[in-house]
Amino acid sequence: MTTNLVIRGTMLFSVGVFLALVLNLLQVQRNVTLFPPDVISSIFSSAWWVPPCCGTASAMIGLLYPCIDSRLGEPHKFKREWSSVMRCVAVFVGINHASAKVDFANNVQLSLTLAALSIGLWWTFDRSRSGFGLGIGIALLATLATQLLVYNGVFQYTSPDFLYIRSWLPCIFFAGVITMGNIGRQLALYEYKVVQEKTHQD
Amino acid sequence: DGRQLTPPPRMTLRERLREKISAAFYHHGLLCASYPVPIILFTSASILTCCYPLLRLPLPGTGPVEFTTGVRDYTVPSHEPQGDLGERPDWYRGPPVAYIQQVLVKAAVSPWDSSLVPVDVFRSPLGRVFSLLEEIRNHVHSDSTGVRSLEALCLQVTDLLPGLRRMQSVLPEHGCLLVSPGNYWQNQRELFDSDPDPLKTIQKHEPKGLHTSATLRDLLFGVPGKHTGVSHYNRKRVVTYTITVVLVSYDTRFLGSLRSRLKQLHPSANCSLRDDHMVHVHFKEEIGIAELIPLVTTYIILFAYIYFSTRKIDMVKSKWGLALAAVVTVLSSLLMSVGLCTLFGLTPTLNGGEIFPYLVVVIGLENVLVLTKSVVSTPVDLEVKLRIAQGLSNESWSIMKNMATELCIILIGYFTLVPAIQEFCLFAVVGLVSDFFLQMFFFTTVLSIDIRRMELADLNRRLPAEAGLPPPKPGPLRPREAPPPPRPSPHTITLQTPAFRNLRLPKRLRVVYFLARTRLAQRIIMVGTVIWIGILVYTDPAGLRTYLAAQVSEQSPLGDSGGGGLPPHLGVAPVFHAGDPTSTLSVLPAPEPTPLPENQSQGHHGSAGAGPRPQVPPAVPQITWGAEDEEGWRRLSFRHWPSLFSYYNITLAKRYISILPVIPVTLHLSPQEAIETRHPQDTRHPPPPIPKVSADLQTDLTLYKVAALGLAAGVLLVLLLFCLYRVLCPRNYGQNGVAHGRRRRGDLPCDDYGYSPPVSEISPLLLRGHSMDIECLASDGMLLASCCLAGQIRVWDAQTGDCLTVIPNHGLRRSSSSGCWEQRDGWDSVGGATEPECLGSDCREHSFSGDGLSEDEGDLLRRRSVPARPTLFTDQPDLTPLIDTNFTCQPPSHLATPPRGGFDFGGLVERAYLEHESPSPSTYPSPSSAASSSPPSAAHLQRRRSLGDAPTLPAQDRASTAGTQATADWDSSVWAMELRGNLIAAGRSSGKLELWDAVEGSLRCSNEDGVSGITALAFLNNRIVAARLNGSLDFFTVEINKPLGLLQYRGAPGRGSMPPSPCYSSEDVISCQLTRSVQCAHQKPITVLRAAAGRVVTGSQDHTVRVYRLEDSCCLFTLQGHSGGITAIYIDQTMVLASGGQDGAICLWDVLTGSRVSHVYGHRGDVTSLVCTTSCVISSGLDDLICIWDRSTGIKLYSIQQEVGCGASLGVISESLLVTGGQGCVSFWDLNFGDLLQTVYLGQSSDGQGVRQLLVLDNAAIVCDFGSELSLVYVPSVLEKLD
Repeated sequence: MTTNLVIRGTMLFSVGVFLALVLNLLQVQRNVTLFPPDVISSIFSSAWWVPPCCGTASAMIGLLYPCIDSRLGEPHKFKREWSSVMRCVAVFVGINHASAKVDFANNVQLSLTLAALSIGLWWTFDRSRSGFGLGIGIALLATLATQLLVYNGVFQYTSPDFLYIRSWLPCIFFAGVITMGNIGRQLALYEYKVVQEKTHQD
Repeated sequence: DGRQLTPPPRMTLRERLREKISAAFYHHGLLCASYPVPIILFTSASILTCCYPLLRLPLPGTGPVEFTTGVRDYTVPSHEPQGDLGERPDWYRGPPVAYIQQVLVKAAVSPWDSSLVPVDVFRSPLGRVFSLLEEIRNHVHSDSTGVRSLEALCLQVTDLLPGLRRMQSVLPEHGCLLVSPGNYWQNQRELFDSDPDPLKTIQKHEPKGLHTSATLRDLLFGVPGKHTGVSHYNRKRVVTYTITVVLVSYDTRFLGSLRSRLKQLHPSANCSLRDDHMVHVHFKEEIGIAELIPLVTTYIILFAYIYFSTRKIDMVKSKWGLALAAVVTVLSSLLMSVGLCTLFGLTPTLNGGEIFPYLVVVIGLENVLVLTKSVVSTPVDLEVKLRIAQGLSNESWSIMKNMATELCIILIGYFTLVPAIQEFCLFAVVGLVSDFFLQMFFFTTVLSIDIRRMELADLNRRLPAEAGLPPPKPGPLRPREAPPPPRPSPHTITLQTPAFRNLRLPKRLRVVYFLARTRLAQRIIMVGTVIWIGILVYTDPAGLRTYLAAQVSEQSPLGDSGGGGLPPHLGVAPVFHAGDPTSTLSVLPAPEPTPLPENQSQGHHGSAGAGPRPQVPPAVPQITWGAEDEEGWRRLSFRHWPSLFSYYNITLAKRYISILPVIPVTLHLSPQEAIETRHPQDTRHPPPPIPKVSADLQTDLTLYKVAALGLAAGVLLVLLLFCLYRVLCPRNYGQNGVAHGRRRRGDLPCDDYGYSPPVSEISPLLLRGHSMDIECLASDGMLLASCCLAGQIRVWDAQTGDCLTVIPNHGLRRSSSSGCWEQRDGWDSVGGATEPECLGSDCREHSFSGDGLSEDEGDLLRRRSVPARPTLFTDQPDLTPLIDTNFTCQPPSHLATPPRGGFDFGGLVERAYLEHESPSPSTYPSPSSAASSSPPSAAHLQRRRSLGDAPTLPAQDRASTAGTQATADWDSSVWAMELRGNLIAAGRSSGKLELWDAVEGSLRCSNEDGVSGITALAFLNNRIVAARLNGSLDFFTVEINKPLGLLQYRGAPGRGSMPPSPCYSSEDVISCQLTRSVQCAHQKPITVLRAAAGRVVTGSQDHTVRVYRLEDSCCLFTLQGHSGGITAIYIDQTMVLASGGQDGAICLWDVLTGSRVSHVYGHRGDVTSLVCTTSCVISSGLDDLICIWDRSTGIKLYSIQQEVGCGASLGVISESLLVTGGQGCVSFWDLNFGDLLQTVYLGQSSDGQGVRQLLVLDNAAIVCDFGSELSLVYVPSVLEKLD
């Protein structure tokens, strides 16, 4: 069980690191996020701490979701397929893409659109109350953490409109939590199946 | 037949709409399947038509586009599009970002002197750049229109980008953008002269590592690095570089004067470069590697999505074909969308490559898969047309609903009023609609073709094998995927489908097999390499080309000249006028340079036909001008200009620059000058001993580096994969069966999160009292009625487990009084006979019968049926009085029965059994062995057919009823029992229906209208339905009347019936009237009877299921589809009807329409039990396998292997909790994951009897039989979930 847990955690971690790298690249390209210039020499050396943080967070989230599901005793049954998970990831990347590349008239519009997209993501791929609650909670925590980071001058945003950060950041966090939770649940299901098949073999 | 639709009283709008859509889809499906070829042709034509406008769109790509105009009549193009201007591209509007004027300098020290050191090759030529720069900078053209200088015309640049600090010393800032090699030394001659090693200075700025695109060296020299000749190993001894001037406006006169001035100062002999064309280069939006990464990621996700989606296509002839069709559907719908949008004048401004994956994801492949699944799950025996139509209409509603939802979402997106999103939404809408069109026409047709092919293949395979056989039965064609295993003929035994096979394998093995089968790893690596090379070539074609060209050119001429072969070029300059270079060097302050006629002053006539001088090394470096110099910038990377401009934060994306014809400058320097300009350290460089080798060495080193890097990466990859393999596949793989056995007692399971269900709360409550094995169980939630083989009915409180009533077997009484013990039930008689025998003085028979019981039950049975009997029989007379005397003492527990203790034989037998049981509890025979060894009689054979298939009747019933049926009619056993309210309905083998009061234990009424044994009963509301052995179906109505008078009412007079209890015990008079009898409900015995939701469903040996309406006993449907007798039926309040048959097939039916929803083969042998939940169907079979199926898709989720003989006992407590019986235990399973939650042991001995019947009560308790005991198990943890 523990090895399985470790494998799942590792997979989630690597997925998180990968997505963080790719999505951060999108943001840096558009000069949304400014890292100190002496740090930035190439994209992979810039802010080395971001991907591991995201990876750890996504591993935690991905493990937390099935755990909470089993605690609450309401297993997630909605669209439990890899294709659906892939769709979810694609939409998540799309939301990030939109936040970085689409030119909106103002920040409020951007934030509202992204919020609607995030809720739509939840509705399309999750639809569980626990997922929603956890998503909101983690998004708030992550936003707070980002605020603190920016406040301490670790990095900054080009045009902050919500204290120190961009107001769409919570939406992105929420969508990310939903996505990682989806992946985590699917992995957990896979593991269940392996265990169950093992038991039934004999 | 009896198929008739019952129209709902009133249909809502939604239902009507749904029906209409369904009908429309049905007709459409028929159409598509009827005319596949014309429809596919039509669809292809429409796809092509819609895609036609795409031809006008430019091909995607990021390479620059060129357009050449003449210099003479050049005017800055206007912004407005000017009608028809021939081939003028539409980007050629407005002024360019900049005009590029390059001055191409070729310089050589000539004649070459042996006293010169290698540094001299480039030091003095490079040194001349400063004077040239000075010349260009100070060039002023003045005429009537005014004075123009470079300062006024050039592109003024400001700061470099902040990230380029290290280039600040090299690139110009705050001034004209004018780059030349002189920038390395800040355009100061002094710095150059004092530089001990210019090469090192140049190298210092080169980026580390492999860099194929524009480097600083390329930028400053303006020619590819290989062509500059600035190295120690320059064999040609010609140095080439450019001075690049970036102009912001075009002034013909100034440029003309500059050109002529430079030409005059440094005339180039034999230079025939054309100078009448300027090239405009348009740059596309650039996709850097950084932008490529997200793009590639989205595509990877897209492909993963497509892969996972199409993987689900199953049960078709050609999986790959259908997957391809699905992908084609989606892709061409996207193309159609773009094409239509272009047709209506919407030019896409979005980057198509970027939004494409998102569009695919939005449109999705779901509908296609749903369609496939739906069509595949239709009955296989239907015609293909009808299958397609039915499959389509089944899914029509969900498809339409999904599409409407998606359109709504997209519409909402459209009203965000963000242009980019609006455009995306527009594309998505058109894409969705065209996707729907294609699904309906293209994919459906392809599907119909595929299914037809499948059936043809099936037919072909069957025909030859069956040719010699007698005419096959007209049964349905079996689908290829699910051959019924018990069939003996070899031709039907085919391989299982992958889906079936894979279920047996663990997922890890399947992954490995998949990798091995498809050689995925190799292919991925191959494809990756190809893509990498492609990207490399695509990103920097010039760089690679130049590299290759350099390799080639270095190889051939150098090798030749080194070997003393042919001189490198044809145009060897044989004559050199030493005086001329010096004269040209005298920079005269000529105000108006007059252009010198070409080929006049210089002596380097390229006599092309001059004979080569083989033996002489090229002492005189010759400068040639060829066509390749004309547009030297072409040899540069196409990112050269964008990167130069990007340093100053000027983007060239979607803009163009104009490149003016180069100005050639030829410099010849004397050796004297070269020596003069030497730096003191220059001479320390030893001449390269073997230059060629070292040069090769240099290039080789790079190659080696690359190779080493690749090797290291490969090794790393292998190690990584190995580690991954080790992590994923533990060493003890394959032996894990030992570790994961079925959990024994005390070994509590817990799931991954350490969560185990509360254990202590589940404890079985044993209900003792029956003397023999439990035969029938019935419950209505509050009460629980059980009937044992002895014919005794007991009623228990389902909450507390108290025994409320005992209804003894009246048949027993009669038999004992008549003394004819043969008519009694077999086991009863043996038990009853042996026990008193041992109690009595004569124990002669004790040893005999005791042996028989303890060692082999079958032995006893045989003995009983054949010659041994006479000896037993002789004992009979003196046994009878013994019984009578013994039984007068009545146990006090039977107070509820009328006080006729002498006749209450059942209670006595029970007591006797209890006594008998205590010394040797295991003497009771196992029912299965008893059944198998029971004597075959004609009656038994007839009975066996129905009983063996009815899961509600345990197998032991055969043995017990075998004798009964053959002999008397008034001494019958209970075959079926139902409990409602406080009424027990008991159906007897004699065909009599009795109604008992459960609380008082009194017979309220009985009905003897039928003579054939009642095999199954259903009790719903006030109606009782009885199925009989002869296939008839009787509907009874129970009427409750107030009594007319005391003691007047008697039940139907029957010989076998017990006299009814006095009526004063109850106020009501209950009568049971036969309302209707369907004589020939089935051709063969009815095996299963279920009633729910106002419907009565019967299953019979004749392979059909019939649905009756309860109120008027009208037959609604006859459902055909099984190829064996029906053995299990499930129906519940939500009108879900499932049936299982002897063929191992499970069918799901739509009760409203009588159509078959899905049809799967799941078991080897009979299906013994069926339960449905809202999401899945659970079936068990004679193969002791419990299979869990997805109800909507009909896919087997997983299966659970049961213990032998316990397959039929299963129940569903809640949506997610399954309970199954085992050997002396019940197990709880999590339905969602197939996880064993807990095993509860019922008795003390773990290997006791198997649980064969299992009943789930409403209060989340389960009741199961456990030999002669009942076990009541509460599952308290489920109680909360039920609320």
